[in-house]
Amino acid sequence: MATHDASVFATGGADLELVNISKVYPGFTAVDNISLTVPAGSFFALLGPSGCGKTTTLRLISGLEAPTTGKILLGGEDVTNTKPHQRTVNTVFQSYALFPHMTILDNVSFGLKQRKFANATELAHEALRLVELDHLASRKPSQLSGGQQQRVALARAVVNRPALLLLDEPLGALDLKLRRQMQIELKAIQSEVGLTFLHVTHDQEEAMTMADTVAVMNKGKIEQMGAPAELYELPKTRFVATFLGQSNLFDGTVSSSTASTVSVKVGALSLDVPAARSAVKSGEITVGVRPEKIAITRKKPAASSTRTLIGPGVVVDTSFTGVSTQYLVDVPGLSQLTVFEQNDGDIVKAGTEVWLSWETEFSFGIPFEEHSFVDSDTNTTTLAAQAK
Amino acid sequence: MRLGRFLLPLYGVLALIYLLVPIVYTVAFSFNDSRRTNIIWNGFTFDKWLNVCDAQGVCLAFANSIFIATVSTVVATVLGTAIAIALVRYKFKGRAATTLLLFLPMATPEVVLGAGLAAQFLNAGVPKGMLTVILAHIMFCISFVVVTVRARVAGLDPKLEEAGRDLYANPTGVWWKITFPLLLPGIMAAALLAFALSFDDFIITNFNSGVVETLPTFIYTAASRGIPAEANVLASAVFILAIAAVIITQVGGAIRRKRLGIKP
Amino acid sequence: MAIGAFSHGPSGTAAPAASQKKSRVAWLLLLPGIFYLLLFFITPLFSLILTSFKTAPPAAFPGEYVYAFRWENYVEVLGMYGEHSLRSFMYAGIATLIALAIGYPLAYFIGVRLRAYPLLQSLALVLVIAPFFISFLLRTVAWKQLLADEGLIVGTMKAFAILPPDAHITGTSISVIFGLAYNFIPFMTLPLYTSIERLDLRLLEASNDLYANSFTTFRKVTVPLTLPGIVSGTLLTFIPAAGDYVNASANFLGSTQTAMIGNVIENNFLVTQNYPHAASMSLVLMGAILILVSAYVFRSGTDDLL
Repeated sequence: MATHDASVFATGGADLELVNISKVYPGFTAVDNISLTVPAGSFFALLGPSGCGKTTTLRLISGLEAPTTGKILLGGEDVTNTKPHQRTVNTVFQSYALFPHMTILDNVSFGLKQRKFANATELAHEALRLVELDHLASRKPSQLSGGQQQRVALARAVVNRPALLLLDEPLGALDLKLRRQMQIELKAIQSEVGLTFLHVTHDQEEAMTMADTVAVMNKGKIEQMGAPAELYELPKTRFVATFLGQSNLFDGTVSSSTASTVSVKVGALSLDVPAARSAVKSGEITVGVRPEKIAITRKKPAASSTRTLIGPGVVVDTSFTGVSTQYLVDVPGLSQLTVFEQNDGDIVKAGTEVWLSWETEFSFGIPFEEHSFVDSDTNTTTLAAQAK
Repeated sequence: MRLGRFLLPLYGVLALIYLLVPIVYTVAFSFNDSRRTNIIWNGFTFDKWLNVCDAQGVCLAFANSIFIATVSTVVATVLGTAIAIALVRYKFKGRAATTLLLFLPMATPEVVLGAGLAAQFLNAGVPKGMLTVILAHIMFCISFVVVTVRARVAGLDPKLEEAGRDLYANPTGVWWKITFPLLLPGIMAAALLAFALSFDDFIITNFNSGVVETLPTFIYTAASRGIPAEANVLASAVFILAIAAVIITQVGGAIRRKRLGIKP
Repeated sequence: MAIGAFSHGPSGTAAPAASQKKSRVAWLLLLPGIFYLLLFFITPLFSLILTSFKTAPPAAFPGEYVYAFRWENYVEVLGMYGEHSLRSFMYAGIATLIALAIGYPLAYFIGVRLRAYPLLQSLALVLVIAPFFISFLLRTVAWKQLLADEGLIVGTMKAFAILPPDAHITGTSISVIFGLAYNFIPFMTLPLYTSIERLDLRLLEASNDLYANSFTTFRKVTVPLTLPGIVSGTLLTFIPAAGDYVNASANFLGSTQTAMIGNVIENNFLVTQNYPHAASMSLVLMGAILILVSAYVFRSGTDDLL
């Protein structure tokens, strides 16, 4: 890769900055006043259900759509009003969008030839070697497997050394095994070429394994942004708590609040949340705890000041998943709880009376929200407006 | 059930044979050593193929037909392709009216189209001739071009053009490097169809040709006194060329896909 | 192929919102073609209307008419040519049914049975469109000679006493209908093929699995799914057949006894130069076809015309 002319290629990518970006279609707001910064050289993921506006955001950045309001800065330069072919941004499309009438080599060298690079063919071969497909350079896209096409699409974008590489669910069409393998390869290529990657996906596992920073999107807004572990351990909204992994959530009201602890009345019970982990200090609140943090015991454990204890409840369902066992437990006065237990050989049968406990420091408090059983992405009015 | 397995293929093959009988007859009689009429088989000869212009007027009519079909095809293909792209790719007011305007010429009997144009040329005082025939042919070819190209445009993934724009191609570059090459098979098919329709059109031509003869009007006029075998020669020659072209593209495509193991 | 697209060009509404652009460019693309059709399709229809009310001035030359509002032209043509009109629609209707009876099994054979053999399939398709590439008039003449009293087919049938020795085929209604059906079979078969080729055979298996026998499956699953092809195939056959005048003319497969509307219009326009009668007859034909077609399209519920 030493042959590249550094003055023409963007080196190491550039910062991307979105300032108060909105995209409004008649009767439907796809992107609602988003601001974010993607630092140069990072791997950033936009995560959300279908219809949350993440793909629209990507199209705004690539220039395929123009924002209704707001500014897009690339390396500090305002590119809001430039055309896609004038932006040093490239996209790996979800369907790959390989040109069916051109060979693999012509596909990969296309962008370079448009920019009149004299050594376009050489560079294209080099990019194909990077994805280990140089031996198929003279084939047509239809003669390649899905995984190979995906890699060509990646090479076709990477070869241009864009300031920013956009990946629109690039692994969506692959089967699970190939997906996991490509996730690792993609990550390796990113650190090798050192470009800024902006990855859009609805697969939370994919976002968490690959990205340095994840932004969770819902209904055109960013709900929360941060490192994957941070988002998982301390979700700030109901949506993040349920979309990113699973959560047991209990709606209640704050009964008392100190500098270290927020006490919440849920029905007849009182649950404590560390004050530092609670986004709400008074009034209505939702308390949450992740299923794998909960311990399940047949006997009532000894009381501990650092542990929250509830029970007795009854196991209503036991599902064995291999590495772990998933229990559904009915606790009177609370909603049904989900509990993941490491598979240590001792499986509790359905119908057994059990006690549930967890370290109080794992509890988190989020704002109470009216919620329905209809998920945001199956909201029919939104889908109908989008279809137009 | 056993019987049904063979019945359908048998029926299908018989139907194909039925379609081909008059074609074989027409080609065979181009080799007939005929005298004035070409009704009774007089023996095999290459004479008519070698001296095809001997029959009075037939070669001029053929040349006229080729000229008319070529001009009509080019104009109708350009106009029709533009409409097809607009219909699929753009939102505009009056879409329903446009669709109706394109559908109606196909739903109108040719005799009405022919009489209407002839009445218009008559009322406007335009003399009938080569020009009026070409104007008429372009008219009825446009709709067929639109329908054919439209299917191809609709099948074209807009993501491919977006990828082109993303890869630094300007609008002109996107059109010539991506859109046009991908639409080309559809445009070629439309042009071939337009050429075939124009070349073989009789009814509309008959109303608007005046003294200009095309191959079909020549044959129609000759039918009362006997069609010369030379007409069979020209029709057969065109047929063989066209079929060869179609077989090479159609069947050749199927063989290539089969060899590469691609599903059509 | 081309005509097949007639049955289901995907409707424009499917185009994604992102690719829909400003209407200015759209009109730039549309206008030349639209303008052409307005000039050479719509205005001729108005010319026909004007001509249909024309009248001959006193002591006119043959073919000389002046603008007037002579609505009696319509009364006259309906009186004189009512029989021809009925005959046209009857011939065209029967020919369409015959073409469907031949075209549907043929299209099913090519589209379903030959699906596993792409090479044979494309070869069979080439044979279906082959008639397009050789003069329609010569093919009709070929049938005239094959069906002639002493010709290959009728002669043989007479020899085997299938037909009585004094039987005629050419010049009768039978030969005209036969010719119409033959000439439009490709127009019937191609849209049918496009529909049938897309038929998902697993749906037929599902129907069989759900206790439907082959006939019920055909009636309840195959036919409804291929209806768009049936609708456009029958229209593409019926409309040109009803307006045809080659098959029915005495030099081809017909006689004076088989004259159809097309023959009436041709004769009035090009031979006797009675333009008002030719024009009013054309408009009667056009009106009848439009009524029939819209009723048919409405009843079969296919709203995608193009």
